[in-house]
Amino acid sequence: MLKITDLNKRYGNGELVLRGLNLEIDGAGLTAIVGSSGAGKSTLLRCINRLIEPTSGSIVVNGVDITTLKGKPLRHARRSIGMIFQGFNLVDRLSVMENVLSGRLGYVNGLQALTRRFPQADVDRAFALLDRVGLQDYVNKRADTLSGGQRQRVGVVRALMQEPKILLADEPTASLDPKTSQQIMALTRELSDELALPVLVNIHNVHQARTFADRVLGMRYGVMMFDGSGAELTDDVLDDIYEGTAGRGDEEQGEADDGWRAEAASS
Amino acid sequence: MSAPRTWRKPAAIANPVLRYGLFVVVFAYVYWAVASLPINWERVAQGLPRAVRIFSNAWPPEFARRSLMISGFTESIQMAIIATLLGVAISIPVAIMAARNISPMPVYSLGRAIIIIARSFHPVIVAIIFVKAVGFGALAGILTLTLYSLGFVGKLLAEAVEEIDQGQVEAIRASGAGFFKILVYAVFPQILPRQVGLSIYQLDSNLRASAVVGVVGAGGIGGTLMNAFRRFDYDFAFAILIVLIAIILVSEGVSGRLRRGLS
Repeated sequence: MLKITDLNKRYGNGELVLRGLNLEIDGAGLTAIVGSSGAGKSTLLRCINRLIEPTSGSIVVNGVDITTLKGKPLRHARRSIGMIFQGFNLVDRLSVMENVLSGRLGYVNGLQALTRRFPQADVDRAFALLDRVGLQDYVNKRADTLSGGQRQRVGVVRALMQEPKILLADEPTASLDPKTSQQIMALTRELSDELALPVLVNIHNVHQARTFADRVLGMRYGVMMFDGSGAELTDDVLDDIYEGTAGRGDEEQGEADDGWRAEAASS
Repeated sequence: MSAPRTWRKPAAIANPVLRYGLFVVVFAYVYWAVASLPINWERVAQGLPRAVRIFSNAWPPEFARRSLMISGFTESIQMAIIATLLGVAISIPVAIMAARNISPMPVYSLGRAIIIIARSFHPVIVAIIFVKAVGFGALAGILTLTLYSLGFVGKLLAEAVEEIDQGQVEAIRASGAGFFKILVYAVFPQILPRQVGLSIYQLDSNLRASAVVGVVGAGGIGGTLMNAFRRFDYDFAFAILIVLIAIILVSEGVSGRLRRGLS
């Protein structure tokens, strides 16, 4: 499903943000990645769908090494990797339906995209998924009129429209209030089960990681240093994951965060 | 700590020598500039009665040659509309090229170069060149105003593209969309309000500029106005000016209201 081998990433001439990282995910289930800000979690997820370029190493998704792909094969590989974002990243001025259908952009041609004439099967799927997440009454509302929780549900539906083989979620609940955050995590968990979809979630909330994840990974300074079940994520382990990162975390957060933002902006 | 303490706004230039030195320099320059102005009071004295004569000939404004006036204004308005449509249409791809965040370096440089060239000359100078190139008439005016629109709208639109939320672009890219679909789904929706506002403003601006470029022979009401002056028909020229002011007032009011309605 997903096999990452010896992945390195540095921004410009800076320090390595990912250091020889290895990770393997087989089959469905929700995998949570915990770790302090600047540990490289966002960078890792964005390497998997090549929103940023890994420096070295290999990432095999569904049997294809995506680190060497370019142009059309890369875009085709991205179709099977859904992603949801911390800031939702909906196109504010488009309707809910247009945002949802934009999940099919990798499949339709340019004219269909321009005229919004998506295949009937896509429209059916969009309605079904919007029903599933309780947004059937918001189809033609503009995305920026929705509440945070509603927007993230649109974000989830958009990602699922791609019929992904794997779903990446970068801090999907960090911009939401505690209750909504819990709902979104529960929804993600349910959809993962219903669709037998592997989900990889970056998450700050350790409690949620324990509650919703089948498997928890602890990340620190660009390597995985814990891999186990939610129950095995004891306070001692947490201390190890977050130890000594309090002072350093701020510094490196700036570096790593700005790094991927700048790179995503220029690519 | 109960002692009264005074406070003054810190001076913008901390160094007192520099601060007062600057005052002295500025006053000296202004004195020199005024003293060396070549104002010939004799000519001013001669000019005043001439101005009185012109204005008294201009009154009352003469609206009798209506057909000439109507055809001039119609041509000006047509020029402004066509040039706005053309200029805005061309400015969209140019703005995309000239946006650093979505275009690679060579394309960006080309886009910026086009905008800089389009902006570097005043419309009147451009109009003189086009009149030489394609002859007197509306075509030269349309080309001039198109270039003028391209420069202005292109520059501001490129800045709008550079300010878009990159997160939305990232999300669309993650779905497997290529460059064209990213433009349609993530870039255009974000710049659309700006685009429409700029187009309306540019139409308004072209209407005013069309009168100016007419003066150098590029068609429209400017030509009619120039001919009226040449024939000493000051009353007719005055009538044209009144109508011109009225049209500009109306267009400015309408465009302002439209743009407010958008935001």
